[in-house]
Amino acid sequence: MTARSIRGMAAATLAGTLAITAAACSNPGAGASGPAAKDSAVVGIAYEPETLSPLLGYGKDGNSKIFDGLLAFDRDMKLRPALAVALPTVSADGLTYTYKLRTGVKFSDGTPFTAKDVVFTYRTILDEKTNNASKTELAALKDVRAVGDDTVVFTLDHPYAPFAERTVLGIAPEHVAGKQDVNSGPFTTKPIGTGPYVLADWSKGEKITFKANPAYWGGAPKVKKFTMAIIKDDDVRATRLRSGDLDGAILPPNLAKGFKGDGARKTYEATTYDYRLVTLPTHNEVTGDLAVRRALDVAVDRGAMVDKILEGAGKPAYGPVPTDSEWFTKGTERAHDLAGARKILDDAGWKPGPDGVRVKNGVRATFPLWYLSGDKLRQDHALAYASDAKKAGIEIKTQAGTWEVIEPRMKTDAVLAGGGSPGDPDFDQYLLLKSSLAGDGFNNMGWYDNPVVDKALDAGRTTDDKAARKAAYDTVQRELVKNPGYTFLTHIDHLYVVNDRWDGLSTQVEPHDHGLASGPWWNVEDWTPKDAGK
Amino acid sequence: MARMAGRRALFAVPVLLVVTFGVFAVAAASPFDPVKAYAGTAGLTASQENLDQLRANLGVDRPLVPRWWDWLTSAVTGDLGDSSVMRQPVADVITERIGWSALLAATAFAVAVLLGTALGVLAARRRGGWLDRCVSSAAYTLEAAPAFWLGLLAIWFFALELGVLPAGGLTDTASETVTFGQVASHLVLPALVLGLSQLPWFFLYVRQGVADALDEDPVRGARARGLDERTVLLKHALRSGMLPMLTLIGSRVPELITGALLVESVFSWPGIAAATVQAATSVDFPLLAALTVLATAAVLLGNLLSDLLYGLADPRVGFDG
Repeated sequence: MTARSIRGMAAATLAGTLAITAAACSNPGAGASGPAAKDSAVVGIAYEPETLSPLLGYGKDGNSKIFDGLLAFDRDMKLRPALAVALPTVSADGLTYTYKLRTGVKFSDGTPFTAKDVVFTYRTILDEKTNNASKTELAALKDVRAVGDDTVVFTLDHPYAPFAERTVLGIAPEHVAGKQDVNSGPFTTKPIGTGPYVLADWSKGEKITFKANPAYWGGAPKVKKFTMAIIKDDDVRATRLRSGDLDGAILPPNLAKGFKGDGARKTYEATTYDYRLVTLPTHNEVTGDLAVRRALDVAVDRGAMVDKILEGAGKPAYGPVPTDSEWFTKGTERAHDLAGARKILDDAGWKPGPDGVRVKNGVRATFPLWYLSGDKLRQDHALAYASDAKKAGIEIKTQAGTWEVIEPRMKTDAVLAGGGSPGDPDFDQYLLLKSSLAGDGFNNMGWYDNPVVDKALDAGRTTDDKAARKAAYDTVQRELVKNPGYTFLTHIDHLYVVNDRWDGLSTQVEPHDHGLASGPWWNVEDWTPKDAGK
Repeated sequence: MARMAGRRALFAVPVLLVVTFGVFAVAAASPFDPVKAYAGTAGLTASQENLDQLRANLGVDRPLVPRWWDWLTSAVTGDLGDSSVMRQPVADVITERIGWSALLAATAFAVAVLLGTALGVLAARRRGGWLDRCVSSAAYTLEAAPAFWLGLLAIWFFALELGVLPAGGLTDTASETVTFGQVASHLVLPALVLGLSQLPWFFLYVRQGVADALDEDPVRGARARGLDERTVLLKHALRSGMLPMLTLIGSRVPELITGALLVESVFSWPGIAAATVQAATSVDFPLLAALTVLATAAVLLGNLLSDLLYGLADPRVGFDG
C-alpha cells in the first residue's frame, strides 16, 4: 500500500464520518416508540446504589421503593405518616419522640411488621460494627425501645428539632436481616421490605427491576413493573431514551435541550437544594480577610452563571437555602456590584499592584481554587468565578484534582464544592458553618468561625418552635452577608425527560446527591397510565 | 506436551503470589482512600469519628504484609473474603458476572480470529488489489480507533438510526427473564465492537504470513506441480502463514481484557470488567486481588495455549518451550 492510498482512505473515512454526523444533526429523534406494556416503566439513572439495605444507608432520605420509613416526605417535603399512623408526639423537653405504628402491615414475605423491627433497624444502624457511613445523622439518638407491638419510643441525648425528618429511613425486618452479617449478607442485595415495590432482580451494573407489591398497605401501585437502568454515560443515556429503550432519564441541561419540542416526552425541572459554592478558608491570609470575602461575594455575577453555565436551569444562590424556600431570609440577595467590590477592597487597603492584582502589606491578593477533575459543571463555575474576581483585582488560580489531592489542602486552599439537602435547614447549615466541626472530614471545609452563627445554629436545632427556628436561621443568613465564609454561586435544577404516558408525575425538591428516589419517579407508586386511545 | 503444561503450571504459582502481593502493595500505596470510597457521598457529611470506626471495621488500617497473608491463607482454603464496595462476598461477585464476561470475550475473540483469518487470506492472495487496499486501510484505522468510540458509533448507527439492535444491557431493559434470544440479540453489538477492535492484528498478521508463504519455495513448487489455487492457498500457504498468528492469540488476551473493560461499560454489560474498575478505584483489596489472580491466570493460560498450538501446527517446534 502506498502512502497516497492511505491518505486517500483516511480522507474518505473522515468524509464519511462527517456525513454521518451531519445526518445526525438533521434527523433529530427516530420516533418515540415506548416499550410495550402500559403498566411498566423503564428509567435511566446515572448512579447505582452499593446496597439496597437500609441498615447500610439505602433510602435514608425517604421514598425508597422497597422500604417504608416511619414517616415520609410529600411533594413539598412536608412530613406525613407512613409506617407510623401519625406524626410523633414530642415531649416538652424535646427529648422523647413517641410513634404509634400502623397495624396490619406485612413485609413482602408475609411476616407482620412490628415495633421490634423498628427497634432492630435503629439499633443496628447505631451499632459500631455496622458499616453505615451516615450514622452521624442519628448522632442525637440515645436509645429506642418498643412499648408493646405498636408503639416505639425514641430518647435523644440532646434536643434536636429535625429528628423527625431523620425517621424517614427504611425499616428492615428483624427476622431476616437479624440472622446474617449486616455488612455483606444476602439481605444487602436481596432486600425484603414493606414498601410499594419488591425487588424482582438486580443485575449489578445493568439494571434494578421492581415489581409492584400487590399487598402494599397503601394500595397496589398501578405501574406494575418499574425498572431502573444504570447508564453512567450521559450521551448513552440520551441515546437510549431517544431509541425508545427508556421511558425517562435524568439528563444534563445540554442534552435535555435536544428533547424540547418532542411531543411525546415532557421535561421536568426539579428545583433543588443542590448548591455550588467556593470555600473561603479562614486559614488563608487572602481569603481569611473579611474585605476580600465580602468583595468576592458581590463581585461574582451569579446571574451570568445561571444563564451561561446552567442554560437557565437553576437559580443564583446567596446561602445554602434556595431563594424560593420558606426558610430563605428575604433581603439577603446580593446584586452583582463590581464597583462596590472594588470600593470594599480600596477601603480595606488592598491597593492595585503594577500587574492589576491588589496588594496589602506585601500580600498579593491571590489564592488557589481547586475543583474536582472531570466535573465539567464545577470547572465552568470555577473559571467563571476566577474571571469575575480578576475584574475586582483578585487573582484566582484554578486547579483540577481528585479529592485525594484536594482534601489535605482544604484548610488553606479554596475549593469549588457542592452540597445541599432539603428537609430541614439544620441538615446543611450546621455541618457547613459550626466552628467546632472545622476540619472534621468534609464538614465546615472553610474553617468558618463566627460565634453569632454558632449560637444561632444551636438555637435552631434545640427548639421545636417554628418561629424561633426561623429567627435563628434568619440570623445565620444575615451573618453570612456580613461575613461570608463561602461564596455561594448557584442552586442547580435537575432535569428529567419522561414519556408522556402517565398521570400523576411531579418532582420533589431534591438534594445534592441524586439518589434512586430523586426524579419524577419519587412517587412512581402513585402514577396512573393515561387513558387508552394511544 | 504434558510436561510443558505441567512446568508452566508450577511456574504460575510464584507468579500469582508475586502478582497478588503486588496488587496489595500498589493498592496500599495508592492515594485512594478505601474508607472514602466505601462511604461514597455519605462520607462527605460523616463525622471523623464515624469514618475512623469504618476504617477499623473494614480492617484497612492494618499493615500491608499481615493483611496480604490473611487474604492469601483464607483464599487458599476457598474463602475469598467480602467485597466492601459490592457489600457481598467476593465469590458471589465473581460467579454472578464472570459467565457474561466470558461469553462476550469468547464471541468477540471468535469474530476477530475467524474474520481476521478469512480477510487476511483473501487480501494476501491479491496483494495491492482493491480488497487488500480497502481492508488494510480499514484495519489501520480500526487499530487507532478506541473501542469506546466504536461502541458509541455502533449504538448510534444500529440502535438509533436503524433501530435493528438493542443499545445495551443483557436483555431488554423492560424484560425480567434472561432468555437465549434476548441475550443473543444483545450480544451482537458489544461482541462485534470488541471483536472488530481486535481484528486488525489478526488480519495484518495473517495477511503478512500468508503473503510471505506464497513467495516461499514449497508453495511455488506446489504451484509448479499444477495443484489448484485453493489447495495451494489453504493447505500450504495458510498453514505456515498461520504460525505467527498462533502466538498472537495468546498475546491478545490482555488486550481483550482491557478492551472488554471499555466495551462492557458502554453497553452496560453486567460483566466482571466493571467490577474490576470499581474494585481498583475503591481500593477493595479482596475483590481486586481475586480479579487480578483471574486476569493473570487468563494471560498465563493464553500464552500456554498459543505455545501448544504453535507446537501442534509446526512439527519443527518442540514442546520444551
